[in-house]
Amino acid sequence: MLSNIGISLVVLVSILSFLIIYIAYFDLKISKQIIEKKIYKLSLFQTTFTVLSFFTLVIAFINSDFSLINVYENSHTTKPLFYKIAGTWGNHEGSLLLWVNILVIFSYLFLVFNHAHNKKFRLYTLIFQNILILGFLFFLLLNSNPFSSIYPVPIEGLGLNPILQDPALAIHPPLLYVGFVGCSIYFSAAMASLLSGYSGKSFAQSIKTWVKVSWCFQTLGIIVGSIWAYYELGWGGFWFWDPVENASLLPWFAITALMHSLIVLEKRNTLYSWVIILCLLTFILSVMGTFLVRSGILNSVHTFASDPSRGVYILIFLSLMIFSSLTIFFIKYKKETYNFNLKSRETFILANNWFMAFFLVTVLIGMLYPIFLDVLTGIKISVGPPFFNIVIIPLVIPFMFLMAVGPKFGWIKSKNKILNKVLILILGAGIINIFILLFSDGYSLLSNLIFISAIFLIFHSLLDIKNFINNRNKLELPRIISHLGFGLLVFFIGINYQFSIEEDFNLKVGEIKKTSTYEISFEDIRIKESKNYKAVIGNFKLTNLKNNLAQYLGPEIRIYSNPETLTYEAAIRTKIHSDLYLTMSNVSRSDYYNIKFQKKPFMIWIWISALMISLGGFMQLTLKKNEN
Amino acid sequence: MLTKKVKNRILFLFSIFSLSVIAIFFIIKSLNRNILYFSSPTEIKQREDIPFGKAMRVGGMVQKGSIIINQKNIQFIVTDFENEILISYSGTVPNLFAEEKGVVAEGRLRDKNFFIADRILAKHDENYMPPEIKEIIKKNAK
Repeated sequence: MLSNIGISLVVLVSILSFLIIYIAYFDLKISKQIIEKKIYKLSLFQTTFTVLSFFTLVIAFINSDFSLINVYENSHTTKPLFYKIAGTWGNHEGSLLLWVNILVIFSYLFLVFNHAHNKKFRLYTLIFQNILILGFLFFLLLNSNPFSSIYPVPIEGLGLNPILQDPALAIHPPLLYVGFVGCSIYFSAAMASLLSGYSGKSFAQSIKTWVKVSWCFQTLGIIVGSIWAYYELGWGGFWFWDPVENASLLPWFAITALMHSLIVLEKRNTLYSWVIILCLLTFILSVMGTFLVRSGILNSVHTFASDPSRGVYILIFLSLMIFSSLTIFFIKYKKETYNFNLKSRETFILANNWFMAFFLVTVLIGMLYPIFLDVLTGIKISVGPPFFNIVIIPLVIPFMFLMAVGPKFGWIKSKNKILNKVLILILGAGIINIFILLFSDGYSLLSNLIFISAIFLIFHSLLDIKNFINNRNKLELPRIISHLGFGLLVFFIGINYQFSIEEDFNLKVGEIKKTSTYEISFEDIRIKESKNYKAVIGNFKLTNLKNNLAQYLGPEIRIYSNPETLTYEAAIRTKIHSDLYLTMSNVSRSDYYNIKFQKKPFMIWIWISALMISLGGFMQLTLKKNEN
Repeated sequence: MLTKKVKNRILFLFSIFSLSVIAIFFIIKSLNRNILYFSSPTEIKQREDIPFGKAMRVGGMVQKGSIIINQKNIQFIVTDFENEILISYSGTVPNLFAEEKGVVAEGRLRDKNFFIADRILAKHDENYMPPEIKEIIKKNAK
């Protein structure tokens, strides 16, 4: 029943897509400056039906309607309601429906909110967006239909992977999807801009908000994913340079570059072609990331059961996208003259773009090189995290200096004398660095430079905040917050890296392990029955040898029944100054338990500063609205 | 004669070009230093040029009944159904580490029969089988 409703709705959306393209195409030839009412109506219908189809799937999941293969494979009656709903997008088919939803909603919102802009430009955007929608709808219907039914109807479902039953992971996909699929709208807008000749400043204004929205959500989505990895994977780290993490970083680099160069296009009416390239690149990288993850070419912590036929479809779609967008770009390419003064804000923004391009290329090479080598020679390799650290971290140092100083320069040409201030701040940063050095056993030159540049950026941003309090220039604040967030992030990651303690050992119940700073006593274990799992909880007493303060931590081994899976839940004691992190595991049912103990200073501050980066973006969204 | 503008432009293009060459050079160089090769136990037995000091990956199935655990470390045997290798590891193992399940270990070879792992790779799906291991098993199960 729900299966039929769902499929009909999806087919209806496809038909509406065709209709919109058809009518919009004919409306292009009419010289009237207003878009026909019909198109608005059709778009509204399209949005309504898409959202309805999504809710149909959600209802199927809530009611555990196992006549749908998708529900049968990914849900179970004993699962808590929250995870039943989250299960909707916790699998390939459902998430593709969410993907289409976002494409359609963004298409409609772009049409409605940009009424001040050129008609031809808006219509072309609508046409391209609907071509994208159709592409993904066909994929959904032909290959990954979330509404496929199964007969006879099973009595019980297979259950959602327990690893995914986590609040952070329930909101992680929707956030990332708004971020990544949101890029589609300025992909379409960039193509439309090339075809309609609606370029320059007004084009920048039309896509500005959309770029910011998707940037904010991408940033937030990546942070939430990272938090999940920290809590759930029991490894104690927050960034693994896992292929999937890399795949999410690539569009983020592109979009961050885009967000900055868009300001140049808006204020100075230059860099148009570069902005177009970035618009195209961001969405292409998003789709490419999806392709690599879903086709199973990259293996990682993500568990989408891979299926080569999916890969082939996305690959064809991707190459069509790249090919057609590049063709249009080169046909319509107009030569621009650039006139940049070295001491101007646009030069610094360009510098940001170069750094982003460098980071992007590095991650791309690290990610794709193993695939190429495997295809060409059959040699299997993987690129370890040291590669990314070695190549990227040294460049973060000059990057942070420019990040602090750049915004202080005016447009076109400025005679800003900032050398004195910069020198004083560097000196201050150096002194603080020496203090940190005193507390540790010493660290490398690179770490010293990282600390100095991070502290410099923090100081500089704090001074900017002081100026803000004096002059109340609201336009500056979001930028300051984001840049300050980045400085703090690097600083706290540095501290965390330098001062973390990690101990691995095996203990029997009742045994005690003494490390240099803590005494860890394995007191006892107990068993807890929960709705959909059974947990073995260890009771550990941790005594700080310095002040004899005792704390109890209870890491768990959870045995989920549907599907039968073992997960290890870390016990984490978060405090303002540090996290205590304890995991327990058991292999081969021996008496020994595998214990990992970590003390990670300022963990919570890493999350806070990362959230500050995206908070800056959200602030900018609200501010701009009040201003206009 | 070149005008100042043209000169500037040539200088600009040249510096960009040389910068990117240097950047690519460094990327490739550190890439080569951080590559981890993947081998099966059979490959380790057969190949003459296996580097002993260099970090690498070994994969296969954990042999049934081979896991020994004591206070310091875990030892187990990884097999590809033709040859096997003993792996020693101290640290926590991922969720899905179990007998008769696929595993990838990262570390260094002590000799052709003994491997010291720094990391056991976490794979988070009970049906998941690293592609490298799937291939090995397919080859040997004939």
